[in-house]
Amino acid sequence: MDKASNPSSVSHGASNGASSSGNAAHLAFSAENERWFQKMLPQYPDREAALIPTLHRALNQFGALSEDVIHFVADKLELPISKVLAVISFYTMLKREPQGKYNVQVCRTLSCALMGAEELIAHLEKKLGIHLGETTPDGRFTLSTAECLASCGTAPVLQINVEELDENLTIEKVDSILARCH
Amino acid sequence: MDEVRLLKQNWYVPQAWNIDVYINQCNFGYRTAERVVKTMQPSAVTDLVKASGLRGRGGAGFPTGVKWGFVPKNINKPVYLINNADEGEPGTFKDRYIMELDPHMMIEGMIIAAYALGCHQAYVYIRGELKLAIERVQGAIDQCYAKGFLGKGIFGTSFDLDMIVHPGAGAYICGEETGLISSLEGKKGQPRLKPPFPAVVGVFGSPTIVNNTETLASLPYILEHGVEKYRQQGTEKSPGTKLFTVSGHVMKPGVYEIPLGFPLKDLIFNLCGGLKPGRTLKAVIPGGSSAPVLTAEEALKCTMDYESIAAAGSMLGSGAVIIMDDSTDMVWALANLSSFYAHESCGQCTPCREGTRWMDDIIHKFKRNQAELSDFDLLMDICDNMTGTTICALSDAAVMPVKSFVTKFRNEFEQHVRRV
Repeated sequence: MDKASNPSSVSHGASNGASSSGNAAHLAFSAENERWFQKMLPQYPDREAALIPTLHRALNQFGALSEDVIHFVADKLELPISKVLAVISFYTMLKREPQGKYNVQVCRTLSCALMGAEELIAHLEKKLGIHLGETTPDGRFTLSTAECLASCGTAPVLQINVEELDENLTIEKVDSILARCH
Repeated sequence: MDEVRLLKQNWYVPQAWNIDVYINQCNFGYRTAERVVKTMQPSAVTDLVKASGLRGRGGAGFPTGVKWGFVPKNINKPVYLINNADEGEPGTFKDRYIMELDPHMMIEGMIIAAYALGCHQAYVYIRGELKLAIERVQGAIDQCYAKGFLGKGIFGTSFDLDMIVHPGAGAYICGEETGLISSLEGKKGQPRLKPPFPAVVGVFGSPTIVNNTETLASLPYILEHGVEKYRQQGTEKSPGTKLFTVSGHVMKPGVYEIPLGFPLKDLIFNLCGGLKPGRTLKAVIPGGSSAPVLTAEEALKCTMDYESIAAAGSMLGSGAVIIMDDSTDMVWALANLSSFYAHESCGQCTPCREGTRWMDDIIHKFKRNQAELSDFDLLMDICDNMTGTTICALSDAAVMPVKSFVTKFRNEFEQHVRRV
């Protein structure tokens, strides 16, 4: 992802960049997330610092950082929409669009590439019938690459839905991992 | 010569991330941190760390005790400690293992550092992708609070220390200390000009020390065994042991702890089991992708310490050793790295934002056999304009592989020039 590029827009409703109240009235954190939020907040002298941890939790709960969710987080932290959008645009993990049920990310950086990552990516594209960056029509798999996942000693590696890494991959292992994804 | 297991000493103790195991079966069991907080003056801790010669293990190799000393005295602002666990330098995976296998030794080191600095709020900034590391470290922190090793009045003293895991969200540039600070403040992780240095003006406008995970995990040993014992390992200018992560075309890739000064050829051919059958060594990146590549001939003369690698024209950096054998296409390898830097540029500074993309385009032209002879000079010209001209060192880092690969393996690049 190119950090310098400038994606999207979100309607600002009536508030033109100031804290918005409109769309988010019906959204709330789960009880567990709210407990976490209240416990975490006092460790920062500034609410803005809680933005990325809060976005992670919201993404996990709501599945995507849609316009509603963005307003929800902005309201909760009393931040302007523009600041929340800027942060979302900068970081690869903060996804605005829903991903497939299984978001498959293969590390593409040098150590994994030296150990056959490109062949694995080509195999996955063929097997799933999609290109990098795409989602299968049934919504099950999204395929993309990640930059160095800090597992170069067990290369090549992939990560599904940001869970534990799958390491020391071969074509056979990749096939059996996919077979477990229902 | 063999591995020396000081940092790694608890990695093979089952469940060392469980605090009861750490206390009862492991060094240092929080006994060292407790002794430090109860019996030492904070300035004495800093002096000891200075005398040990410990150097930052994240990549810059700056003396840790000296960095701590930059925090102004008698300042009316809180001091913050940040554990830089945003491990992202290609080839590096040591901090992840520390966090997953022995988070308590790291936390014990953070307690020692916080006490020395007069810091009462610490953050562990962990790569957002490293889910297990985040779980293990936050779990370990929670266990410390339960035992009174963190929170109000730790170990029954009057010293308060709060600590929390703060996740990143996918940006290599957040491993740069001022980029990390921006990110921790809830902003885009764009670095800031230095000076002012974080020790004076850091996160939330306050004095901040950002230390690498391995650096902090090194502290319990130093405080427990003292300077003399620590300096028995390593060299005069590079004392101690360091974790080296070896990857690429070796039989036994992995994390190896060796004293600084260990010969690189012994690391590759003894500890790592050598190359794959029938292969010869072609190139070695000694310290992460931002370190200039060494030819096999250059690499085999080096010892693994800051001075020897610098004398060879490269950097010890993060200690990520990437081995390339004779099957490696160096144009293909460089194209892999140039794409990495183009993706990861934060976009603030024109030379880096435009230069990383431009270099990547040209190197891919070589890969497609579409380059012109004039592209060699153009690449070097872009490199010159990207060096020392930006807010942070990502620009300089992106230049290192380009210059070294194209210079040392020029014949391969020439073969990819477009035939008219």
